[in-house]
Amino acid sequence: MCGIVGLFLKDKALEPRLGEMLTDMLITMSDRGPDSAGIAVYGDEAEGRAKLTVQAADPDQTFANLADDLKSAIGTDVAVRVIETHAVLDLPEDKVGAARAALKDLRPEARVMSAGEVIEIYKEVGLPGDVAKRFEIPKLTGTHGIGHTRMATESAVTTLGAHPFSTGSDQCLVHNGSLSNHNSLRRKLAREGVHVETQNDTEVAAAYLTWKMQNGSTLGEALESGIDDLDGFYTFVVGTKDGFGVVRDPIACKPAVMAETDQYVAFGSEYRALVSLPGIEDAKVWEPEPATVYFWNH
Amino acid sequence: MQTFDLEANGLRALNAALQAQSQQTNETAWEVVNAKGSHAIAVGLDAPIDVTVRGSTGYYCAGMNAQATIRVDGSAGPGVAENMMSGTVIVEGDASQYAGATGHGGLLVIKGNASSRCGISMKGIDIVVQGNVGHMSAFMAQSGNMVVCGDAGDALGDSIYEARLFVRGSVKSLGADCVEKEMRPEHIEILADLIERSGVDAKPEEFKRYGSARQLYNFNIDNAY
Repeated sequence: MCGIVGLFLKDKALEPRLGEMLTDMLITMSDRGPDSAGIAVYGDEAEGRAKLTVQAADPDQTFANLADDLKSAIGTDVAVRVIETHAVLDLPEDKVGAARAALKDLRPEARVMSAGEVIEIYKEVGLPGDVAKRFEIPKLTGTHGIGHTRMATESAVTTLGAHPFSTGSDQCLVHNGSLSNHNSLRRKLAREGVHVETQNDTEVAAAYLTWKMQNGSTLGEALESGIDDLDGFYTFVVGTKDGFGVVRDPIACKPAVMAETDQYVAFGSEYRALVSLPGIEDAKVWEPEPATVYFWNH
Repeated sequence: MQTFDLEANGLRALNAALQAQSQQTNETAWEVVNAKGSHAIAVGLDAPIDVTVRGSTGYYCAGMNAQATIRVDGSAGPGVAENMMSGTVIVEGDASQYAGATGHGGLLVIKGNASSRCGISMKGIDIVVQGNVGHMSAFMAQSGNMVVCGDAGDALGDSIYEARLFVRGSVKSLGADCVEKEMRPEHIEILADLIERSGVDAKPEEFKRYGSARQLYNFNIDNAY
């Protein structure tokens, strides 16, 4: 069991409340996943800038002097905003590759949670409410976001085993279910030169979608081919820079409820997660069909 | 009318109050407000009382019901009326997966659509759906009647025993050992009664009947992999 929540805003007036609304939804799903939680938020875009979200087990040590060290290594200013075990690095878009390479040398213990123009990912072990509070998620603003509460089955309860997983620029994926062919798919992806960091099944699915998109598929097409290539139980919710998608396996035993109004599209593993949203009483509420790709774009 | 605020008083108190009603209770009409998708609302009832739940419900609403009439004034989450013994459960909106699973008796009416696995392993319950049912509905259904006024999804009635399935619209595919059967006068009679009792808009003559071909009852080497 795991819990998923997602919110894709159509009404700009709600953007300042994205973090707050997602946090409420996430906490409602604590029963479904009390061991760890994570959230991906798609925030404001700044021309020519990008963000790297980095996690460290010992943030005091890892993030000390990080801005200066990176500046000497890549020759440009990097703004480092530390929050708990995570740091969001703001840097010129064309320096992301150089910064990631430099980070490997300078701070080999640091883990990159996400990279992209607008995405930030925060995830940790612990109760969803505690995780949201530590990272001050309610204060975050943005256009869309995805949250996950985890009850682990396929890999250990660790920060890196928590969702969302991000394997491509501004991409993320969360999963309720378990994949049965992730080991063979991991080997197949390795032969294609795609590296997967953890033993987690979901990361393989995320890497698979990224690989498909690198080879010219749209997210919708990548999700369609995933229905054939991914074996197991899944309800996936995925995010891209300006998009939000949902797909369930053909058996569809992992729960999913969606709601749509003029202001938003929302996803919840259960209807409980949606009850506090504005105008939910009059929203179109439905259960996504099995093996059917749903996708929204800004 | 007894009104119970679920948000203020909690689920345990609600179910304790409803389960404590005797056969001769005077408190026969109940209303539950602020359901907000909560799980296990009005489960295990065993008295002839009427309960109306305002709003949508989570998992297993009206599970194990006996005698009571429970109406969900909204949509129901997974497993509504699971293992019902008797009584009536009415869902005004849609029902999520495995509605009426393993039900032994009583009547489940879904005014909207039902999702996958509706009536899985049903054992005598009657289920009437005004809309459509999803894939694998009536899987291993043993007895009782399922009436679908809309369409049925993939693998209807897979490995069915002796339940009767009536579908007005299309059937995407039939499951293993499920076949279309002749509609005889006694089936029209059963359907007419269920349509009348459930208050759905349909005529018995519009339906087709499906049931077991009874080819899986005995071991057949050709069925082995």
